[in-house]
Amino acid sequence: MKIRHSTSSGQDKIELQMTPMIDIVFQLLIFFIMTFKIVAQEGDFNINMPQASPQSAPPDQVEFPVLKLYLQSNGGELAGIRLQDEPFESFAALNRRIIEHIGTDSGPGSNQETAQIEIGFDPDLHYEHVIGAVTAVSGHKTPDKKIHKLIEKIQFLPSPGGGAPAITP
Amino acid sequence: MRIRKKDSGVFEADLTPMIDMTFQLIAFFMVIINFAQTEQHAKIKLPESSLVKPPEQPFEHQLVVHLTREGRAIISGQEMAIDGLRITLDGEARALELTQSRVSSATVVIRAHRNAAAGEVQRLIKKCQESGFEKFALRAKGSTDP
Repeated sequence: MKIRHSTSSGQDKIELQMTPMIDIVFQLLIFFIMTFKIVAQEGDFNINMPQASPQSAPPDQVEFPVLKLYLQSNGGELAGIRLQDEPFESFAALNRRIIEHIGTDSGPGSNQETAQIEIGFDPDLHYEHVIGAVTAVSGHKTPDKKIHKLIEKIQFLPSPGGGAPAITP
Repeated sequence: MRIRKKDSGVFEADLTPMIDMTFQLIAFFMVIINFAQTEQHAKIKLPESSLVKPPEQPFEHQLVVHLTREGRAIISGQEMAIDGLRITLDGEARALELTQSRVSSATVVIRAHRNAAAGEVQRLIKKCQESGFEKFALRAKGSTDP
């Protein structure tokens, strides 16, 4: 700050130097631009799994038998998808089959509410394929971008060490 | 810009609008920037899913555990083997109980790398169950695929 006293007239005139302030402001701006990161939206599939094993609880009286899905791995990559021993080429084909199986009702007591599926997989399978399977069986997107739910009760088959998490909404 | 022509050709520029715009930009980036480092980790590439959407409400109590593609767990910035998680998880469980909340009401958010072995994810879930956690959220990133 340069302060110039003008004693003759009794008036003070203060001049501010803007240059250093602009320099610091640009420094701050560059810092924030460098640390800005654009990230993709993240979402969750929720699992509810109490310590008590689900096998100890008797299965609910359901008209729908529990569907069994198995994912085979070949060095981590997806080698095969089998639903009730029927092979599928892709998760899209599996999704179409599940839509046929479940139908489009979603009220209480409908197939969508009562259907259950068990997903087993080879332990070395890449996790992204398990998420792909969960995506394929839990819903599909209609042309108007709405999510239509399919099977909500999803269970993982026990790994060799035991413990089977179940996915419930 | 005010240009005052003299014989010497002196230019005077009014910098005030430029500084105003610069302050606006700084304020924008300060608000946007996210300092929550525990929620993200650069090493973890999440699997994609067309069905995920961000949760409507944040979880009541959440604990974020990352899993690398090699099967190593990262919790609170520390990397360790899944078996070594027990101590940290018990600590978190005790901390929750001290704040009068139940461990069973807390959600463990699992951010596993897309190429992590699914068996390791199951092992991680089992480890968390041993410390009393019951709710889990498998995190995936949204995809733009139809």
